[in-house]
Amino acid sequence: MVPLRFLDSGEGLLVVEFGSAIDAGLNERVLALDAALTRAAIAGVIETTPTFRSLAVAYEPLVIERERLVARILELAAEAEVATRPSRAWTFPCSFEAPHGEDLAEVAGRLGLAPARLIEHLCAWPLRVHMYGFSPGFAYLGGLPAELAASRRASPRAAHPADAVMIAGGMAAIAPLPMPTGWWVVGRTPEKVFAPGRDPAFLVAVGDTIRFEAIDAATFAALAARAAAGEPVARVEAAR
Amino acid sequence: MSVRLLVRSAGPGVTIQDLGRVGFGRWGVTGCGAMDAAALRLANRVLGNPAEAATIEVSLGGLEVEAEGGAIGVAVVGGGFDLRLDERSLPPAVAATLEPGSQLTIRAGARGTWAYLAVAGAIDLTPVLGSRSTHTRSHLGGLEGRGLRAGDRLAVLGARRGPEGTAAIETSALEAYRGSIRVMLGPQEDHFERAAIEAFLATEWRLSPRSDRMAYALEGPPLAHAKGHDIVSDAVAHGAIQVPGSGLPFVLMADRQPTGGYPKIATVIGADLGCMAQIRPGEAVRFVAVSLDEAVAARRRLFARLAEPVRVAPLVRGDIATADLLGVNLVSGMIDADRPPEG
Repeated sequence: MVPLRFLDSGEGLLVVEFGSAIDAGLNERVLALDAALTRAAIAGVIETTPTFRSLAVAYEPLVIERERLVARILELAAEAEVATRPSRAWTFPCSFEAPHGEDLAEVAGRLGLAPARLIEHLCAWPLRVHMYGFSPGFAYLGGLPAELAASRRASPRAAHPADAVMIAGGMAAIAPLPMPTGWWVVGRTPEKVFAPGRDPAFLVAVGDTIRFEAIDAATFAALAARAAAGEPVARVEAAR
Repeated sequence: MSVRLLVRSAGPGVTIQDLGRVGFGRWGVTGCGAMDAAALRLANRVLGNPAEAATIEVSLGGLEVEAEGGAIGVAVVGGGFDLRLDERSLPPAVAATLEPGSQLTIRAGARGTWAYLAVAGAIDLTPVLGSRSTHTRSHLGGLEGRGLRAGDRLAVLGARRGPEGTAAIETSALEAYRGSIRVMLGPQEDHFERAAIEAFLATEWRLSPRSDRMAYALEGPPLAHAKGHDIVSDAVAHGAIQVPGSGLPFVLMADRQPTGGYPKIATVIGADLGCMAQIRPGEAVRFVAVSLDEAVAARRRLFARLAEPVRVAPLVRGDIATADLLGVNLVSGMIDADRPPEG
């Protein structure tokens, strides 16, 4: 295995880099270290942020020196068991019909696919939550079929609706909060990945999988009403 | 009847801020918090508030407030804003008691970009994800996730009086800009040729008017990347200096997105984050590289200064020029405004 790289972003953020690619195997190692660091509860460690291929460790250098922190991380990385991290398999209903699949026809055309084929590919198998970023609850989903590798828009489109399901750059995403985006909006889920007043506020952990299940616009409306009342409308099971 | 702070007017970008939202970066949540956290700490400390108490962060847009239902102790720290209590001009860092009906006005002054208005007591807002800080882009925290505007009323729980009369606050604990902002190179300095790093450190940059709580944009000669301008998105620190395809750097500030996909040539050290925040659009800024040890030592010194008793000097009523008054009183009339140290 490639040795870990330790990069400093100022005196309070240590970036532990496992590699430079977007890869589920690298990401599993990131999550294993993340879990080990959380369990270790090291004094002076403030927050850890897992991303595709690195774990950012925010720390208070007046409590724990960088050298000691690096030594502890190396110990934990040696012990961290990739396979033991629990994850869950989610099924998310998603409407691709009007008005939800705003960019579906356009991006399907760019990919040389009929819209129905695009939906089949997107729902073909579970996708993996590699990381959150960009905005609260914005989940990057990896493992997308190669047929759906659309490049990002040249310039951002107007704000998408809440809980948009999007593709771009070889990945899919669920975006809870309306924002202008360079991604293609292909559908909308009635489930709330992020609801600030709910416990838990965030539904899906990094490393969990999400499989999309196509529903029609009428079903979307019914499920969205239930979700708004606080009822979960995605299904979940333990994956391993 | 509860004690409230009535917002009589607020410019754009005036928001509730505390020390920020910690622990939710993994969910894509922005850290937020005060642009100049040291100034916020000092304002809270003068009033005996906990360090994490929510304050009003005042932008160059300015703010006018009035107490309702009772008197409220207030402290203003940060930048060099023009302050008035009713008709009376005050120095830029003051503690006072706002009597019902009297009006405190905070306007952009000679220097600085952010001032913190702390109140003696607690602004009655429910924390969202562990913080009362406002993130306007995702409509989280603060008052309804938005900036303050005229007519807003903030209830103050456990409101206390401040000093009788008014008192200038000694702010020498805060870092002042002395010709450069200290940075540590990295985390992606290897994405730049040596010449680009030298150019970054040699250039007198100018802060662009497009700067905001999310990022301070720098104007100057574009920097060349050695390995392209895209990296696989990773986490970004407050103060990380990101160089996108244009070659013009951005200093990522309190409202930065928690992850980003451009190489970061350097990171502003913790001790200088507040100082960086107080630079105004149009002003010049230079950067100087320091080691990790120097960054930690500067951090230790800043926190030690902030932990010392805050000195305040009562202001005599009258129309003597503020600067003279400050000069005289800070030499002759120091009193200890400190409360038991925060935990």
